[in-house]
Amino acid sequence: MATIKIPPVLRPSVGGEKILSASGASVGEVLHDLASTHPATRSQLFSAEGELNRYVNVYLNDEDVRVLGGLDTAVAPDDVLVILPAMAGGTRAPSL
Amino acid sequence: MSPSGPELLRAIKSQIEEVDPAEVHELIDEGVAIVDVREAEELASGQIPGAKHVPRSYLETRIEGAVPDHSTPVILYCASGNRSAYAARTLLEDMGYENVRSMTGGITLWKDRGYEVHLPRALSPEQRERYSRHLLIPEIGADGQQKLLDAKVLLLGAGGLGSPAALYLAAAGVGTLGIVDDDEVDLSNLQRQVIHSTQRIGIPKVDSAEESIHAINPDVNVVKYPLRIDASNILGIIDGYDVIVDGADNFPTRYLLNDASVRLKIPVVSASILGFDGQLSVFMPYDGPCYRCLFREPPPAELAPSCGANGVLGVLPGTMGLLQATEVIKLIVGIGEPAIGRLLLYDALGATLTEVKVHRDPDCPVCSRDPSEISDEELGSFPDYEAFCAAAG
Repeated sequence: MATIKIPPVLRPSVGGEKILSASGASVGEVLHDLASTHPATRSQLFSAEGELNRYVNVYLNDEDVRVLGGLDTAVAPDDVLVILPAMAGGTRAPSL
Repeated sequence: MSPSGPELLRAIKSQIEEVDPAEVHELIDEGVAIVDVREAEELASGQIPGAKHVPRSYLETRIEGAVPDHSTPVILYCASGNRSAYAARTLLEDMGYENVRSMTGGITLWKDRGYEVHLPRALSPEQRERYSRHLLIPEIGADGQQKLLDAKVLLLGAGGLGSPAALYLAAAGVGTLGIVDDDEVDLSNLQRQVIHSTQRIGIPKVDSAEESIHAINPDVNVVKYPLRIDASNILGIIDGYDVIVDGADNFPTRYLLNDASVRLKIPVVSASILGFDGQLSVFMPYDGPCYRCLFREPPPAELAPSCGANGVLGVLPGTMGLLQATEVIKLIVGIGEPAIGRLLLYDALGATLTEVKVHRDPDCPVCSRDPSEISDEELGSFPDYEAFCAAAG
């Protein structure tokens, strides 16, 4: 089971957890396993075509999976995946 | 019988090697460390260009900050060549430096020979006192402090991140601080925006920030921009600044700032915060990735915390804003390893700091192109953001 670090904006979709474990031999498999357990994360992680959304970065340990093998990147049981959407704040409400 | 002063000096000089100013002149920029061992107040008469300053009274404790490698050839000089002789013996005999020589005749003979001197702009006595703890750090010293005094830093926002950054940059002696903020001080700001105060609720944040900055350091030139930055004004505002501190609270401004700063090649120290989590990175145009390399697109509303009011631990922007201020000082002085190509993730609850790599995107819509190719119309553009936020209510 790989470890997944959940960013603040996704925590409401996983019952508030900061760290979860999921199974899979590749980044894609691990993330799909996460999405199976926590369906609310699926549309946040994946586009309709099944690709990783452009606004979400995923790191295998400290490396961006896009410069590795993308969703096909192999994952070992002791690896850590970091999911990272952009955060804008700042702490005041925007004027938009 | 103990030797007299002149006898001791002769004895010392017989134990070390001296070097003529003519040879030193040939060795400038040739991998030799030239060290001025005079006291700080003597420097106003001029230094050998490129010389490092380690006063003899602090020689043992500071020389390794200036010359870390004991095998580096070192030439010491003082006013006339006597104190540097004593210092040379100390480095050779007591500290294990392998190749140390003392310049004959000191800076006096150097100048008599007509060689160039670097005239440092002297700090005033008040400045020497105010910045004395910087002057004691070899990595900053008088030269670094002068760089800070000459620097112009723009803060995007005088809010949670901008407040601590502005206060500490002002205290550090950054000469010019520009502040962009169109907001007024609100009671709900004061849980974290420490540059403001209860007495100043309702007044423009730029005015409130200026008051606090001048209270801690009246020499700082504060340039106030009580407006919201947009595509029509950003280039005029940021042009001429050395570093920008991004504490923007929304994605359109972050992308706009990124595109404009890439075009003008101005480094941006960026941080963001939410709840108990903070992110920080330094975007150095064309040397490292830009914000669009890191996040090609903004997230949709349901994943965009800036689309609504969100909570944050009050101390967290303090932590992240001071990390930003630290990176700014490093960039200005030219020391350390700025967080270029790295994103630091701070989890306050877990007390952990995680680092991930950020790469330049060869297909980046902005920084893969020449600055001259980035048009005004493209600055900050991305589709449907306002619609996203509107959808989020």
